[in-house]
Amino acid sequence: MANVTLRNVRKTYPGGFEAIKGVDVDVGDGQFCVLVGPSGCGKSTLLRMVAGLETVTGGEIDIGGRVVNGIEPADRDIAMVFQNYALYPHMSVYNNMAYGLRNRGMAEAEIRTRVDEAARVLELTSMLERKPRQLSGGQRQRVAMGRAIVRQPKVFLFDEPLSNLDAKLRIAMRVEIRKLQRRLNTTSIYVTHDQLEAMTLADILVVMNGGQVEQVGNPLAIYEKPATTFVASFIGAPPMNLMSTRPEEIRSQLAGSAAADAGILGIRPEDFVITDQTPDGGVALPLTVEAIERVGAETFVYGSREQEEQRVAATPGELPPGEIIVRIPGTEAPAIGQKIRVAAVRAKLHLFSADGRTRLEA
Amino acid sequence: MQKQAIFQSKLLPYALVAPQLAIVLVFFYWPALQAVIQSFLLQDAFGLSTSFVWFENYIDLFKEPAYFEAILRTFFFSFAIAVSSLSFALLLAVMADKPLRGSMLYRTLLIWPYAVAPPVVGVLWIFMLHPSLGVLSRYLRALGIDWNPLLDGDQAAALIILAAAWKQISYNFLFFLAGLQSIPRSVLEAAAIDGARPMRRFWTVTFPLLSPTIFFLLVVNIVYAFFDTFGIIDTMTRGGPGKSTETLVYKVYTDGLLGGNLGSSAAQSVILMFMVIVLTGIQFRFVERKVTY
Repeated sequence: MANVTLRNVRKTYPGGFEAIKGVDVDVGDGQFCVLVGPSGCGKSTLLRMVAGLETVTGGEIDIGGRVVNGIEPADRDIAMVFQNYALYPHMSVYNNMAYGLRNRGMAEAEIRTRVDEAARVLELTSMLERKPRQLSGGQRQRVAMGRAIVRQPKVFLFDEPLSNLDAKLRIAMRVEIRKLQRRLNTTSIYVTHDQLEAMTLADILVVMNGGQVEQVGNPLAIYEKPATTFVASFIGAPPMNLMSTRPEEIRSQLAGSAAADAGILGIRPEDFVITDQTPDGGVALPLTVEAIERVGAETFVYGSREQEEQRVAATPGELPPGEIIVRIPGTEAPAIGQKIRVAAVRAKLHLFSADGRTRLEA
Repeated sequence: MQKQAIFQSKLLPYALVAPQLAIVLVFFYWPALQAVIQSFLLQDAFGLSTSFVWFENYIDLFKEPAYFEAILRTFFFSFAIAVSSLSFALLLAVMADKPLRGSMLYRTLLIWPYAVAPPVVGVLWIFMLHPSLGVLSRYLRALGIDWNPLLDGDQAAALIILAAAWKQISYNFLFFLAGLQSIPRSVLEAAAIDGARPMRRFWTVTFPLLSPTIFFLLVVNIVYAFFDTFGIIDTMTRGGPGKSTETLVYKVYTDGLLGGNLGSSAAQSVILMFMVIVLTGIQFRFVERKVTY
């Protein structure tokens, strides 16, 4: 059991490339922290720095009240689950799990107890004598988990552990990881690029971009009040609709708010309603339906605005300029080519400064 | 993907493989056949009469204690050359595998000795270790070692092993380096997190994962020590002093070309041929089995 605290952590490679530009995160005892961001944002590097596999070139990493910057991975009392599982291919499942305990000189009887217990929890008991190559992807993943839990470390580190699994298994394992973590109550740091995984697993969500933290907090709080346009478009699927407030059409509707003159307006697809009325203080937009996606429980309507205005910030996961996604329940949808009017209430509007870096309160 | 090429003419494919086949036939099958025939013949000392003697050459060979000594000696040489060359190459490869500046340069330099022809290797080591000319011999004597491989059979054997192993290090190094680089980094990182110190990591993870490479190289090195050391032995010791560095291959040469006993020499080379076939067979079976752990 331990807190993990990162204080102004930096990583500069010898070539001068700054991978991590000063990160501050505080993960409480037993909490599940998820680092999420697009590829190349530095999230894996940060995790590897916590593990001790990458050197820290600035700031402090503190695990359980001890600064571990110069300490070997073996002595940090952490366990890590790798994306490719990194199982020892020449060892049986049992030996894979026992290896870390043997290295620490634990008695064979105690090792047997711990491995058997972990195997029982992970439903691997019948596979203890098999080699990794005789296992399926999901089973290998569980062995990697088992190898981490037998050690009973202070901190679990997960480096995109589910990205090599198929979609169905990924959801099942996601739930399993969360249940296991709750039961063991071990502080965990989990890296993923999948915002759905991030939302469902995290106690604390850290959204990263370009080696910096964009926002830290409770996942729902981040979803409801994204601090920047990057977070707004990265968290939530389909992404938030972002548009400039400069066109007269929008500016007039936002009159009196902080972002009315020059800024960015964001509205989540699910906050739009197809209606002819304009809610008081809300925003209404005329759209031409371009495409319809029916996924069963809900339908996505892709529409284009008549007035096409280039948006200011270009961030990953963003929609092409002028395109708006509306998410409506059920399968009833307007026809392609039809002109509709969508509206969102005042409370569901997100306003940002023109550079997208600051959230403005309406 | 279509694996079979389609030719318009039926003769073209034969024409295309003909040069290769001709070379193999003329330079391998023909001499091999000659050796097999020769091994059943006995020729008088002047080459005037030849008689067919069935397996007499072979029987004589196995009655000769010197032949068994040569077999034992060859096995010992092969073992010593393979072990010393493999272990030193592995050490170098492990060190070269570390991501350091200029690694491309020293990796390339380490591969160079492989391009040196065996007789040149022999000459090179003679220059260093010849009892009266050698650069290193002086220092050895200064250390109180009575260094004279021209008279001392054990020292001569050590010299051959040294030179032969040295030449093979580059080849082994190349394979070890490739083998090391194919071990996923994350597996070693997992072992580091699992509390294994570098030495333990090497013996419990790296070494077992390299075992396919090690086995492959062991066979290659034995074949090398059996057959390709001829040039080194010929330039350095000529099988001497006495017969202390006479391996099976060198004995084929001395008995046949120097001793004039062509029948026995041919019988010996037929036996060697079978050894090569067996070793190559082992190697092929092994290469087909891709995963061994």
